[in-house]
Amino acid sequence: MSSLPLATSFLQSESFIYVLYIIAFALFIQGLRGLSGPTTAVRGNRIAAVGMGIAVVATLLAPGEGNWGLIVLGVVLGAVVGVPAARNVKMTAMPQMVALFNGVGGGAVALISWVEFRHHGSTFGSHTVHYSGVFHTFSLSLPALPTYVSIFSVFAAIVGSISFWGSNIAFGKLQEIIPGRPISLGSAQQVVNLVLLVLAVAAGIDLVAGAHSELLFIGMLLVAALLGNAVVLPIGGADMPVVISLLNAFTGLSAAATGMALNNPALIVAGMIVGASGTILTNLMATAMNRSIPAIVAGGFGGGGAVEGAEGAGEHAGTVRSTNAADAAIQLAYASHVVVVPGYGMAVAQAQHAVRELATELEKRGVDVKYAIHPVAGRMPGHMNVLLAEADVPYDQLKEMDEINPDFQRTDVSLVIGANDVTNPAAKNTPSSPIYGMPILEVADSRSVIVIKRSMNPGFAGIENELYFDPKTAMLFGDAKSAVAEITSELGQL
Amino acid sequence: MILASVLTTNLAILVLAGFIGFVVISKVPNTLHTPLMSGTNAIHGIVLLGGLLLFGLAELGAFSKFLLVIAVAFGTINVVGGFLVTDRMLEMFKSKPKPKPAAQDDAKDGEGDS
Repeated sequence: MSSLPLATSFLQSESFIYVLYIIAFALFIQGLRGLSGPTTAVRGNRIAAVGMGIAVVATLLAPGEGNWGLIVLGVVLGAVVGVPAARNVKMTAMPQMVALFNGVGGGAVALISWVEFRHHGSTFGSHTVHYSGVFHTFSLSLPALPTYVSIFSVFAAIVGSISFWGSNIAFGKLQEIIPGRPISLGSAQQVVNLVLLVLAVAAGIDLVAGAHSELLFIGMLLVAALLGNAVVLPIGGADMPVVISLLNAFTGLSAAATGMALNNPALIVAGMIVGASGTILTNLMATAMNRSIPAIVAGGFGGGGAVEGAEGAGEHAGTVRSTNAADAAIQLAYASHVVVVPGYGMAVAQAQHAVRELATELEKRGVDVKYAIHPVAGRMPGHMNVLLAEADVPYDQLKEMDEINPDFQRTDVSLVIGANDVTNPAAKNTPSSPIYGMPILEVADSRSVIVIKRSMNPGFAGIENELYFDPKTAMLFGDAKSAVAEITSELGQL
Repeated sequence: MILASVLTTNLAILVLAGFIGFVVISKVPNTLHTPLMSGTNAIHGIVLLGGLLLFGLAELGAFSKFLLVIAVAFGTINVVGGFLVTDRMLEMFKSKPKPKPAAQDDAKDGEGDS
């Protein structure tokens, strides 16, 4: 008992807590390294979770930590919402789940900055006020709250608020609470966005310069909130992978800024790594769509494309060949190489298990089955891979675009399930097409194509798909899940 | 002098973390991009710490406390939900010896659909 005070003071010492933070971010990095392969990934994620646990414990050890009841309340509230959501969400709904989790992260950042302002606001812009709080990280060496703290804090508030509202809109669109099509003010949109951005930044500068008005701070949060709405509302469903990645990067950067403001190394490292991750993914997605990030954020993919799509429809009308499940089954049964091309339609119809059953049936007959995954198939990076993994499709059958494209020439049947724009040869052949230049899966190179699709409606980009009018393409109209199941049962009767 | 060193040290950490992030994340294959995203999502839930730290401040007003409870709840959703859902996803990427659990999943999905 007598040694307890000594032990307590050691556990609460600056250095000990700092070392725990260092261990925590080392575990984050080690954990993410595990994500380089599917066999080490589960362990990697758990290592990162342990790092998070250590970081939380370190924070709670800080001398002066208090309001335990409220901390427990917050954590319990969060757990009650987060745990069942994470346990029960369907794999097909993963994009909206990620958007929602991303949003609450951004929201937390904005709220934390707000409380910081409420507490330190009077010292923003002033170097002479002595800071003597229980904030262990500051009591370390800072005699005053320096300007950079308020700069990072204001930055975190703006970006966090944009991320919160942007993610919520993305969630609403993916969950179909809000229409997935672009909702915009047309040509005025970019001007409005710019004005909102300038307003938010101006309010931020004013606050850093020493405006002590909480009203101004709230105004800044609101303008940033409007900006978050204004940026994501005009973005169509097909551009969602880019938006989700971008918002992920935003939340990461805002967390890093909070870390700079709070002088907390774990926050800085974790936030920055997430920022890097989101940036890499955003770039990958934008490259895979042959679109620049500014162009996507500025919106306007839907409008122009729809007009061209209408013209295209007139040109091609009447040359579509439709087929039925029995014929498709025969076609597949006598093939030796089949490539399945899944898209968002497979996710919507929850058809991944049916697809797997079909593939198993084909493999029993000696057919070689692979899956071609376009980087932007679905609504978030890697969406199709997760769905197929859920259905127990072996990892090595999932082929990335660059790997599978040369194989299409020796593919007997390409089975396109709910994918559209990523297979459209117009991206290669028609310079006037809005998607011209976008890398596609070269499905048209295969000997024959079966497209499972609900109707002839063009995809989210609103562009007619030339593939459907190709003489070697047969359309099987219907819901992806029941259509695939029908083919499987026809196969069984062969 | 001391002031500058806290800022510059943190900036150094920031920049180095950025480079490490780029190197580490570049090695993640496309197939694992969704788990990567939800995993990094969980990691930025670390803003939870910010909320916890601020709870240690003296003289917090009732409204500040209210905001912090929400912030901590948001952070917890982010962290706990993020890690759990990532774990669920990654488990599916492991090769499973028995096909039975998959069949059950399928049945469950069918129910949810109707």
